[in-house]
Parts: sequence; structure tokens; C-alpha cells
Amino acid sequence: MQDHGDACRLTGLGRTYGRGTSAHHALGGIDLAIRANEFFTLLGPSGCGKTTLLRLIAGFDQPTVGEIAIFGRNVAGMPPEDRPVNTVFQHYALFPHLTVAENVGFALRMLGRPRAEIAATVARMVELVGLEGMEQRRPDQLSGGQKQRVALARALAPGPKILLLDEPLSALDAKLRQRMRSELKALQRETGITFVFVTHDQDEALAMSDRIAVMQGGRVQQLGRPEEIYEAPANRFVADFIGGANLIPARMGPEGAMAEGLGTIPATGTSGAEVTLAIRPERLAILPAGGHQPGDLGPLVVAERIYMGNELSFRLEGAAVPLHVTLPRGGLRGALDFAPGDRVALRPETGAIRVLAS
Amino acid sequence: MKLHRLLLAPSLGTILIFMALPIALTTLYSILSPAQYGGVIWQPSGEAYVRLLFERDIFDDTLSFNADYLQILGRSVVQAGIATILCLMIGLPTAWFIATRPPAQKSLCLMLVTVPYWVNLLVRTIALLLMLRDEGPINGALQSMGLADGPLPLAYNNFAIGLGLVSSFLPFMILPLYAAIERFDFSLLEAAYDLHASRWQAVRSVILPILRPGLIAGGLLVFIPGIGSYLAPDILGGGKTLMLGNLIGMQFQGSRNWPFGAALSTVLMSVTLIALILVARRAAREEA
Ligand SMILES: Nc1ncnc2c1ncn2[C@@H]1O[C@H](COP(=O)(O)OP(=O)(O)O)[C@@H](O)[C@H]1O
Ligand SMILES: [Mg+2]
Repeated sequence: MQDHGDACRLTGLGRTYGRGTSAHHALGGIDLAIRANEFFTLLGPSGCGKTTLLRLIAGFDQPTVGEIAIFGRNVAGMPPEDRPVNTVFQHYALFPHLTVAENVGFALRMLGRPRAEIAATVARMVELVGLEGMEQRRPDQLSGGQKQRVALARALAPGPKILLLDEPLSALDAKLRQRMRSELKALQRETGITFVFVTHDQDEALAMSDRIAVMQGGRVQQLGRPEEIYEAPANRFVADFIGGANLIPARMGPEGAMAEGLGTIPATGTSGAEVTLAIRPERLAILPAGGHQPGDLGPLVVAERIYMGNELSFRLEGAAVPLHVTLPRGGLRGALDFAPGDRVALRPETGAIRVLAS
Repeated sequence: MKLHRLLLAPSLGTILIFMALPIALTTLYSILSPAQYGGVIWQPSGEAYVRLLFERDIFDDTLSFNADYLQILGRSVVQAGIATILCLMIGLPTAWFIATRPPAQKSLCLMLVTVPYWVNLLVRTIALLLMLRDEGPINGALQSMGLADGPLPLAYNNFAIGLGLVSSFLPFMILPLYAAIERFDFSLLEAAYDLHASRWQAVRSVILPILRPGLIAGGLLVFIPGIGSYLAPDILGGGKTLMLGNLIGMQFQGSRNWPFGAALSTVLMSVTLIALILVARRAAREEA
């Protein structure tokens, strides 16, 4: 059976709040198999049901329908304290009356482990997250990043099989967030624990995950490796949410998709069908309108030039929707520049245009 | 700076007139001699304090040890202590229940807790006595249901006094506990369960330590008035079992021995103050 390779298997999982006309389906029809030892990310906008899903796995909440199996064992009705799962809470939830060492050793104390073992594990965990010397501090004497590390060490101390992390980096400043990303990823590799990581930040998800489940409206929109999610978005929502693609309405014709103001783009599909073309802003070359070649899109007019340091971005008018193009600075293409009012054409990289149904 | 001091004046004045002055006066009276029909004579004397522990023979003036008053003090402490523990056991779940209701129900529940206070304490205490009497509705119901042969001795004993103390001071326990639970971060409870704590372990290792300030506040608010309470022992105890409050009252009314009453009050205040200091010190030590 495949089952035994899965750390956590969710089958037909749903959670509905309220009932009758005011019923709200926070989660519906979730089927996921999270593999052992993987860094699995739930990515989606605020309110899409990520926390609800984590709470179901942790056992704080019960599903309305469906099943959860952890390492092949159905955990229906099993209280949180009995599940081999620990959580890093969004706002850490550190015990304010306990020191760092006492916080980290909490779970082992609850499990009635011998003192010597607790002391040894606490020392190891404190070292693992780099908090040596802070053992006797209380949570209110720690910075945000330090609290984050305590929360992590506390959840890892009892040796969970699955670690749930609910937006653990969202309360940190940008620089620290960057560093914690690498540290978390390294920690996951070292410990070999299955991480289920929740975030609304696509960069975070892409940088850290083995696989990502993109969620919206309580459902999984796409499941795949970061490359798959980014390069081959399954639908409009994923294309837009991850990396902000240009989404252009088009209609299938005999030679391809016909888009207003852009011409015909080679693609196959039922003639007459309404489709959406998804093109990443960085996978378009921008050139002066004169040297128009077959396959180029346009002509279009530069409406805005946006300087962003390492990138130069243009907003182009002339198609059904405004198009965004991003050029990296430096290198060959870095020399190119345009001003508002310039007439330009676009040349997509091969395979850059994805045709999405509707 | 000057304005600062000026603004402080009303509160300082109030404290001086209504707290410091009466305490000073009480302490002063306790070391003077009693006048024959109440009041004091301005003649220093330690007699009031001697009387706390010794009985003076009316013929030869010899002192013999007398534990009566110590016993009353001890009984007061025990009664107030038991009432405090009972209030805690009833108050904590009640406050927890109220604090976890939706907002609209919360204010209703809080109002219900305070409703008894719209009625005077004397009236409430007498109403409780009427309930507990041999001919009262409780005994009546027990007998008509065949649960008791004769009336149970519910009134005029320590049980009745305890019940009276609990019913009069329970809100003082519930309200500070409610405030503490209201501020309690419930994700800490989830964290405890997540970290393999059982229900009881979560209560002991997380809830109680975090609610400690509220528990201490509630405990003091019940214990301190409880130890000096006057009405409950007087009415529900039928005057048979004295508590410190009654003893003090008697000195100013029947016996007309003001210095002795003042000495008892001073002792009561000192005991309370010492208890307060001990609690504050422990709290401060645990903070550090
Ligand atoms: N206890 C609850 N009662 C009613 N609705 C809830 C409750 N918890 C969450 N929801 C709703 O469920 C949806 C998903 O919430 P949540 O899982 O917290 O989203 P996320 O973590 O992705 O931001 C939201 O629309 C939220 O309003
Ligand atoms: Mg959330």
C-alpha cells in the first residue's frame, strides 16, 4: 500500500462553520497525501482555510466530513495531546510564566520523562535553534526572532513525526524572514521531520518547499513542485496568485488563440472557445515596434515605466487588459529602455504562453 | 511639578481623613484606659493588650492565661479561610464560564453576578436565615420528600456562617477572576494540549499559574472582609459562635470597653497586614 509512505493522508476532508443558510464552507473536498520527510507547503491568500486545515490535522478541531490518517492511522476522535504532531503557532503562544528552558522542556515534562533526559533534550534543542545563553529568560525578554526560535525548539523537543507551522515567519521583519527561511529549510533536512508549512507568501513557498498545495476558497487549486506551480499554473487563480502573470482574455480560432490588440498566438483548442492566456512578465522580450517579426505581439504603447532597482518594469496599453513586462537590469537586455508613449512589440519566450480554460 | 502635587491633594486628603486618621485613632485608643460608660480616659495603659491573653483575678490581681480570645481569632481565620477556598472552587468555574460566553451573554452574566448587591447585606443575610431555619423551605422540602425525619440543623452554626460568608463574598472572587480569564490567551491552552498536556496538566501548569494574580486578588478580597465579618456570625450563627467582628462590636456596644475593642481591631489589622505583606513578597519573589 502507498499509505505507509505518507505522513499524513487527507481524504474528502471538509469543515463547515455554522449551519443552514449561514453555513460557511471553510474547507471542502480536500484530498492530499503529504509524504514522509517532505517540506510541504499550504499556500493561499488570507481566509482560504489554511489555519483551519492545520487545526484539523493537529486535532484542535474536528472535520465536518472526511478522514485524516497520520502514518496510516485514522486519527478521528484522537485528542491533540495523543497525536504525534506538534505545532508552531502563528503568534508563537509561548507560555509567559515559564523561562525559555521551561518552555522548551514543557512537552517532555507533560510526558513524564526523567529530569536528566529533559535537561539533555532542552540543551540540544536550545543549541539547535541557536539560543544558548537565553535559557533563563522569559518570553517578554525576547525579540520576535528569538521567540520564533523558542516556539520552534518547543515544538521539536518531543520529537514529533509531523511539524505544523502556521505562518511562522509572518511576524518577522524582511531581513530576518529571509534568514529564517534558510534555517528552517536546513532544520527540516537535518531532522528529517515532515514539515507542513502554511504561508500566504509565494516567495517563501517557492524557496522552501518540496511540494506546494495552492489553496483558495477552501479548496486545493493545484498541487505540485514549485517549478510546476510556477511554470505550469493549472488555472487563472494559480497563475495570478503565484508570480502575478498577465492574464489575457482570448478566443480560439483556426490558427490559434486570438487576443485583441495582440494578434494570433499559436495554440490548440476547440475553435470558438473562450480562453485565458497566462504570460509571466519576465518571459516577454520587449522591442521597438519597427522590426515586427511573425510571432511578435503588438504593437502596443508604453503607458508607464517603473524603476525598481534590480528590475525595470513597463505597463503597456493596447491589448484588452494592461500588460506588464519586467526586464532585469544589467546583462544584454539591461541596455534596453523605453519611455511612456513609445510604440513597442512583445516577443514571448518559447513555451512562455499558457492557455487556460476560460 | 507644583500642579502635580496640587492634583494629588484630593486623593491624599481622602486617604488621610478616611484611612490613616481612623487607624491612628484606633491604635491610640488601644493604649488608653477605658472610661466607665464608653469612651476613653487619657491615661496610657497596656491593659487592653494584656487582656488578649490573660485574665486578671478580680481579688488579688494575679494574671492567668486565657485562650478564649485567641480561639476566637483562630476560629475567624479558619472560617474566613474555608470561605475563601469554597469561593475559589465555585468562583473559578463560574468566572471561566462567563468569560467564555459570547459578548452579549457575558454582560448579562456579569449583571446577574452583581444583582444580589442591589439588596442590602443585612436583608440578604436575614433572607438566608429564613431559608435555613428549622421551619424554613429547605427543611420543609427535605421532610416532605421524606429525605429527613426531622429538621436538619442548618441554621445557627458554623455551617450557616460559612454559607453566609460564601454567599456574601463570592462576587469579589468571581469579578477579579473574570478579569484575569478575560485576558487569558486561549491559544496557550491549545499549545499545552499540542505539547501533550492532559486536561489536568493544562490546568495546573498553564491556567492556574497564569491566573495567579487574579486568584490572589480574589482570595484577599474574600479573606480580608471574611475574617472581620460581623453580620453573618451575628445573624446566621445566632450569636452563639463569635467571630472577631462580633467581639469587637461587643466592646464598643455592650461592654463599653473601647480600648479593648481598639486593641482587638489593631491585632486584626496587623494580622491582615502581615498576610498581605507575605503574599506581596512571594509574588515579587516569583516575578524575579
Ligand atoms: N471558528 C470559526 N467560526 C466561523 N468561521 C470561521 C472560524 N474559523 C475560521 N472561519 C472562517 O473560515 C475561513 C478560513 O479561515 P482560516 O482557516 O483561518 O484561513 P487562513 O488561515 O487561510 O487565513 C475564513 O473565511 C474564516 O472566516
Ligand atoms: Mg491563518
